[in-house]
Amino acid sequence: MGRVREGLMSILVNKNTRLIVQGITGRDGGFHTLKMKAYGTNVVAGVSPGKGGQEVDGIPVFNTVTDAVNATGANTSIIFVPAAVAADSILEASEAGIELVIAITEGIPTLDMVRVMPYLKKNGTKIIGPNCPGLITPEEALVGILPGNIFKKGNIGLISRSGTLTYEMVNQLTTNGLGQSTCVGIGGDPVAGLYFEELLAMFQKDPETDAIVLIGEIGGDAEERAALFIKNNVSKPVVAFIAGQSAPPGKRMGHAGAIITSGSGSAAEKIAAFENAGIPVARKPQDIPLLVKRQLQYNS
Amino acid sequence: MKIHEYQAKEIFARYAIPVTREILCYTTAEALAAAEKLGFPAVVKAQVLTGGRGKAGGVKLVRNPEEAREVAWNILGMDIKGYTVEKVLLAEGVKFHAELYVGLTIDRNSKSVILMASKEGGVEIEEVAKDNPDAILKFPIDPELGMTPFLARKIAFHLFDDFVLVKQAADLFQKLYRIFLDTDATLVEINPLVITDDNKLLALDGKMTFDDNALYRQPEIEKLFEPDEDELKEAEAKEKGLSYIRLDGSIGFMVNGAGLAMATMDMIKLYGGEPANFLDIGGSSNPQKVIDAMNLLLSDKNVKVVMINIFGGITRCDDVAKGLLEALRQLDVQVPIVVRLSGTNAKEGLEILKGTNLTVVESMSEAAQKAIALTAPLTLPKQVRDRL
Repeated sequence: MGRVREGLMSILVNKNTRLIVQGITGRDGGFHTLKMKAYGTNVVAGVSPGKGGQEVDGIPVFNTVTDAVNATGANTSIIFVPAAVAADSILEASEAGIELVIAITEGIPTLDMVRVMPYLKKNGTKIIGPNCPGLITPEEALVGILPGNIFKKGNIGLISRSGTLTYEMVNQLTTNGLGQSTCVGIGGDPVAGLYFEELLAMFQKDPETDAIVLIGEIGGDAEERAALFIKNNVSKPVVAFIAGQSAPPGKRMGHAGAIITSGSGSAAEKIAAFENAGIPVARKPQDIPLLVKRQLQYNS
Repeated sequence: MKIHEYQAKEIFARYAIPVTREILCYTTAEALAAAEKLGFPAVVKAQVLTGGRGKAGGVKLVRNPEEAREVAWNILGMDIKGYTVEKVLLAEGVKFHAELYVGLTIDRNSKSVILMASKEGGVEIEEVAKDNPDAILKFPIDPELGMTPFLARKIAFHLFDDFVLVKQAADLFQKLYRIFLDTDATLVEINPLVITDDNKLLALDGKMTFDDNALYRQPEIEKLFEPDEDELKEAEAKEKGLSYIRLDGSIGFMVNGAGLAMATMDMIKLYGGEPANFLDIGGSSNPQKVIDAMNLLLSDKNVKVVMINIFGGITRCDDVAKGLLEALRQLDVQVPIVVRLSGTNAKEGLEILKGTNLTVVESMSEAAQKAIALTAPLTLPKQVRDRL
């Protein structure tokens, strides 16, 4: 693991990112390619089988990821292809030597991801997602579907299991004068790539990150594990929020992961785990900025 | 997606996993005939898509025809956690001396399928999990190797000393893993797996759930889907790319993204309101999705106000606004609508909504508070309401 060069100013993506878009000729792939490029991300190529030789807004399109990597030296790939073929696209990126894959595609069968993971691990390929909004290092690189205009460069690292809730939180931070180092949406699927612990470790090491906001939701035990990890490994202040505090038990709220089953994975248990680890938990999204400011002051 | 016990056991039987002899019955007469065919004692088991049926009185042993008739009569039509029992399974009575638990599911941490097994199976398995977690053995299965014979044996040796049982269990574990992969399951469970008095392993019960994302390639499994009324509405919504769950309140809300939708629901509750539903319109919304969503929201007569909270990423606010205008044109909307649009193409979206009578607000908390305020006056007489 760890072939991704980590810049000084951020984690995972920055000015050195050379991005390809798998599924660049689709509706969403095309739209967000233009958004990412307009933000200043170095989008070097697209991949769309059978459409090699075409261009999308001046970006060359290749038939295979290997062709795209050979021609452009790409190191990162973002995936927009349909769910039924997404696992294959992820493998293709890894095989071609891509170091970091961001899988935006939603609805990938869980067992497809189970089968993909060992190969990525063997190749040292990092993956974020699937079913995630991607990530951004403000003013350097946007690799995802996040609305770039709400972000501002700064010293807060953010990790979130949710997509649009991330935007809500970032908007709260930015409008309260708190810029971000890097914001990562890790996705809500049962089997996903980089998660709280790996990203917390990266933010802990990143000199430009002074505080971390962690946004979790009901289901699973990732938040409980994150709380324990923070207690033992993270000295920077962390503030948390948990979505789904009022979810009725047993109901599935859209994310495959967000299932409360008989007294495990509930919001109350997650909040307790954070509070026991000394991590303040916001009750409402708009409470986050104040908690962050308080933690930063307390720390200095 | 869930299926019934009898359906799970039909799948088990197809893989030559030993299950009880049993007959599915819809009426008392059928149950009686089935019991007589199987012989006494027999067990009458409610078939409902929820857990805890044993504790609710939905599983009973019968020793003679009179008991069979009476018990079947009582269980058919019984309400178990909101589900009406429409069919019962008549199963042969089996003599056994040990109950075990075995289950396969997806483990987020090892990112693989995991087999869980315990010598303390039976109805109290959840208490065992809570009070004595070490009594449940967990074995992640390497996706590249699969359930190898040696791993299956290793697990079996943890459970049994008798090599006859070890061999049966190892065979069973390999078959269960195959079923898990073949059907894109998210859970395959036998509880209890019993050791019969003639020293055979037998699945007394069976439970399976499946990955909704994989149903497109599992047509045989999809055919087994038996939705209840709420699930039918949820399934209908899913076909249109919407994730809908009906709740009991009066504020109908529409949000893009599950996390934001949950946070919106939390906020409505926090400010003292009651959500009428959970509705996530997902990403990449085209205007038609918004029209479908409005239709769905307004089909619930408890909805007194509609609250729309969109933070655009992959969803474009102008698409949402266009869909909303079209919905207003097509549908007879009698309730007030509160709208918050932020993020991708928000400016364009708000421009489209100019000149409409929608209540446009800036933030999510403002939207929640406004929606709650609007539900109150609607309980007042119309003359009073009009003056507000």
